[in-house]
Amino acid sequence: MSAVVSLDALLRQQRVWKGRGEATPAAAQPTGHPQLDALLPGGGWPEAALSEILLAAPGAGELQLLWPTLARLTRAGERIVLVAPPHVPYPHAWLQAGVDLRWMTLIDAPERESLWAAEQCLRSGSCAAVLCWPQRIDDRGLRRLQLAAATGQTLGFACRSLREAVNPSPAALRLAVDCRPRQVRVLKCRGALVPGQSVAL
Amino acid sequence: MRWACILLTQLALDGVSRSRDDQAQPLVLVAGPAQRRIIRAVNPAARQLGLKPGQTLIAAQALTSGFAVAEYDQQQIDHWQHFLAAWAYRFSSHVSLDYPRALLLEIESSLGLFGPWPRFEERLRTELTELGFQHRIVLAPNPAAARMLANVHDGLAVDDVALRREVERLPISRCGLPADIVSALARMGLRRVKQLLVLPRDTLGRRFPKDVLWHLDTLLGHQPLALGNFQPADEFAARIEFNFEVNNHQALLFPLRRLIADLHAFLAGRDCGVQQFMLALEHRSLAATAVPVGLLTPERDTQLLFDVARGRLEQLQLPAPVLALRLSAPNLPDFVPQSQTLFVERPQQSQPWEQLRERLRARLGDQAVYGLAAVADHRPEHSWCTDVTGGRAEQHDGRPRPGWLLTEPQPLNDLVPEIIAGPERIESGWWDAGDLRRDYYLVRTRDGRRAWVWRAVDGSGPFMLQGWFA
Repeated sequence: MSAVVSLDALLRQQRVWKGRGEATPAAAQPTGHPQLDALLPGGGWPEAALSEILLAAPGAGELQLLWPTLARLTRAGERIVLVAPPHVPYPHAWLQAGVDLRWMTLIDAPERESLWAAEQCLRSGSCAAVLCWPQRIDDRGLRRLQLAAATGQTLGFACRSLREAVNPSPAALRLAVDCRPRQVRVLKCRGALVPGQSVAL
Repeated sequence: MRWACILLTQLALDGVSRSRDDQAQPLVLVAGPAQRRIIRAVNPAARQLGLKPGQTLIAAQALTSGFAVAEYDQQQIDHWQHFLAAWAYRFSSHVSLDYPRALLLEIESSLGLFGPWPRFEERLRTELTELGFQHRIVLAPNPAAARMLANVHDGLAVDDVALRREVERLPISRCGLPADIVSALARMGLRRVKQLLVLPRDTLGRRFPKDVLWHLDTLLGHQPLALGNFQPADEFAARIEFNFEVNNHQALLFPLRRLIADLHAFLAGRDCGVQQFMLALEHRSLAATAVPVGLLTPERDTQLLFDVARGRLEQLQLPAPVLALRLSAPNLPDFVPQSQTLFVERPQQSQPWEQLRERLRARLGDQAVYGLAAVADHRPEHSWCTDVTGGRAEQHDGRPRPGWLLTEPQPLNDLVPEIIAGPERIESGWWDAGDLRRDYYLVRTRDGRRAWVWRAVDGSGPFMLQGWFA
């Protein structure tokens, strides 16, 4: 233990965790909300992982949160898949939000098959983002989705009810969307402490 | 011109055994009338048991049991020869079926595409082995010599200079002369073609029919030989018959894979794809169960086609045991491969989108995977339609519209919502019986969500929920 190690070199190797990094490299998957990007550890969505979006009520603001990402991906010619969405996406609104509908695909599936379909889409690696709305899903189901997202290197989004926040989840990122006031809170983010403040939508 | 002869050494046996998944099982092919069945071909496992061609079936059964018997069917042999000709059509524009159990390919014009002959030959051998056919390949300057040299050689390639030497070394019994002439020559003490060639032509012509001289001349290339030109069929049909009753899907997968592989070889030869094909499961007394398989775009990939067909097959309830599986593809459109970027950003092991889409459709139903398109109509119910490709970016007036739309309006479960914007009157559709007159409002519900609701124009009735500004 006599070797003298310079502090600069040690810090540059990033082998010592320093709480919150001051200069993060450009995020590969920014959320499109600069304030939210600032809170998240990688400066955006965790790549190749499942992100959970917990909604206070259906329609609470998940599209406001996701539209910038979906618009960016479809404009780059990458495919997004909506597995069994709860309602019909209103094309005019999605076009207004900048989503290129040619790259958006919807999948109709009953409850049981929708998890299978979401896993297939995540695992295939031919989609950029996969959105699903699992109603009844246990820890194992979520872990499967998370593994499939890691295998296919795809962004996975699971929209669920805020009541599920008390249950643990293997997702890399958990966001809560509140209605009143309209805001987004980070419940869990892999690789950093959970930031205290919330972001208005 | 240079001709390759692919001699299919045991075409009948290969044709039967490739549809069976247990290759190690002894198998014999029998022919002849029911009273006197004669073994025509045996596979190596059956030869181990002491069976050989020419035995009667009764004698064989007296010797041993535990071997499978199949019919030596000339029609099947022709079918496989045509199938392989369709496969070979990919490599040469002139494929001939004039010799039985052999394919003759003119390959000099194909060498530019398929590389020097050793590499070309390697490719032919690999594909034939994958298809499950034993073969011998010989290359010669004329088709007759290629065919006759294939009787004694495998992998031989002769040019014009070496041709005479190789033909001279051929045994007379294997050079393709009629049997009576061969025995006559043998009795005269002639064994090799060389001995025949040194004889004076005029005496040979006097003693034997003129066919002998003609045949020798074609072998040496002095006499041209015109061969027929194979034309591949316009549609694909193949059938695998089982020698037992199949009760479950798993046992159908092996023959299905074979059929799909054959379809792929056929499509590659014709350079086309398949968009629809039909699987038929034949039963003993019931009508055949038809399983139509439809794809959104013409495809050719073996794995994709197999996955799709398997998905359809697994959903099926077999009404009765299956005796045979038939695949027919009447329409074969042109195949245009998807252009792909050189620098793929997606991970290496990724499955193409077409394959994923067909897999999803196979399990969830044909209509389950779709895109959305905007329709220029003010009525929310008519403002969207499903579309295979999706899209249609149209001019929009910029009024706020909710991201989620309810297919059926529901009464809003909120007594006094806070109205943010509206009313916006939508009054349209008197021409197509979808007439509606509504005042739309953007409201905030008690729990803070923003909703798009409407009320009848006269202000009566409850607020009806049409969508969420999520």
